[in-house]
Amino acid sequence: MNPLSLLGELGRAILTMFAAFGRVALFALDAVSHIFRPPFYPREFGIALLNIGWLSLPVVGLTAIFTGGALALQIYAGGARFNAEAVVPQIVAIGMVRELGPVLVGLMIAARVTSSIAAEIATMKVTEQIDALVTLSTHPMKYLTAPRVLAALITVPLLVAVGDIIGIAGGYTVATQNLGFNPAAYLKNTVDFLELRDIVSSLVKGAAFGVIAAIMGCYYGMSSGRGAQGVGRATKGSVEAAAVLILAANFVLTGVFFSL
Amino acid sequence: MIRMENVTKAFDDNHVLQGMNLEIPKGTSMVIIGGSGTGKSVALKCILGLIKPDSGMIYVDGKDATKGDRDAFLARFGMLFQGAALFDSLPVWQNVAFRLLRGSLKRPTDEAREIAIEKLRRVGLKANVADRLPAELSGGMQKRVGLARAIAAEPEIIFFDEPTTGLDPIMSGVINDLIREIVTEMGATAMTITHDMSSVRAIADNVAMLHGGVIQWTGPVGQMDASGDPYVEQFISGSAEGPIEAVR
Repeated sequence: MNPLSLLGELGRAILTMFAAFGRVALFALDAVSHIFRPPFYPREFGIALLNIGWLSLPVVGLTAIFTGGALALQIYAGGARFNAEAVVPQIVAIGMVRELGPVLVGLMIAARVTSSIAAEIATMKVTEQIDALVTLSTHPMKYLTAPRVLAALITVPLLVAVGDIIGIAGGYTVATQNLGFNPAAYLKNTVDFLELRDIVSSLVKGAAFGVIAAIMGCYYGMSSGRGAQGVGRATKGSVEAAAVLILAANFVLTGVFFSL
Repeated sequence: MIRMENVTKAFDDNHVLQGMNLEIPKGTSMVIIGGSGTGKSVALKCILGLIKPDSGMIYVDGKDATKGDRDAFLARFGMLFQGAALFDSLPVWQNVAFRLLRGSLKRPTDEAREIAIEKLRRVGLKANVADRLPAELSGGMQKRVGLARAIAAEPEIIFFDEPTTGLDPIMSGVINDLIREIVTEMGATAMTITHDMSSVRAIADNVAMLHGGVIQWTGPVGQMDASGDPYVEQFISGSAEGPIEAVR
């Protein structure tokens, strides 16, 4: 392959990537704008709250408790190398609230909610249900996308808060039951060490990750190809895109909150 | 009245509609026939605005279909989709009353449910079907629910996309008779796309043959058998010999 055609291929790939970013950005703007414009669909919003928020609690809780427990064990073992075992409560708290809580909840939501939204909407598209919505004078962005994005914006920060608390509780349980920490001292160290900025960053990350997860599910569902293969591709693509964007957004938000 | 003028639509290199012209007089039932992949559904979706034509004009009652209040425009239409396209998450009655539960045609829930049950009866389904989910119904019952949904808001124009595809001959006959009765009693303008010739004879006032992206022949259903058009003749006889290639 000569250098010019290689350059051409590279240029085409970059243009394709920017076009995809542009499409997703326009879709996201459209989706968010429909949250504020009537008509509103409270029933669909209620179902989305239930599916994204309430029904995600078990997986979020289990992920957080095991992560918190493992974190306590790792910090204790690592800290022992330079006589710093006592920092377990502080590091578990800061690790869970600043990073692991939001990121793990975001990734769990990407796995559970993004995939489910993409598969559901893609199936609706393949079976002409989206066309049926339009012929019934119902805007698919208002009926399908806006309620899910709003529900994710509200519930994922709450899930992150719950995940943070359960993760810290997991670390507390392991530290006090297995590692010999005093329960009262552990709690005091945890509370004293956490700052308001840590908690705010955790909740803001949760909101951002929730919006990313919902929008990617809706976008890939709405742009699905035909047949079972189309639904499969949409589902896989939505989870990959949501997970990568969540990790990228986490990096950016961490920089905004803690590097300035 | 619906009028399509020189409508073209291509998907990449596939030029589906290549200057389609068609007129459907108000209160009549037009059936478009043609082989699979000849653009019948595309034509129908172009009228509804679900697909944007590349060129050409579509008029409904003399007005450009792409201009004006979209909600008001769509409120005039009912549509039965090929696979019924019922919403899986909603019970049957909410599918039928979908338009009556939201938007400009919104009614109180009890009234909407009553209308839904009455429309279900109209298409031969009992009231006990109302609270079931679409997945619990047979294909024929789903088609009838789709038909009930299409007529629930008493539209002026009804589109039927392959209404009998996948149904046994008896159920096809039931659906055909229902469509004919409903269109006649509502005085609606109907446009049906099908390749089922028994449907054509049962439903149509007029027939149009779509092939090669254009209407090859159009006329009253009574003249179809003696049309003299080679495309229509081959389609009616189902012969592999003729101007329509068997391998497409």
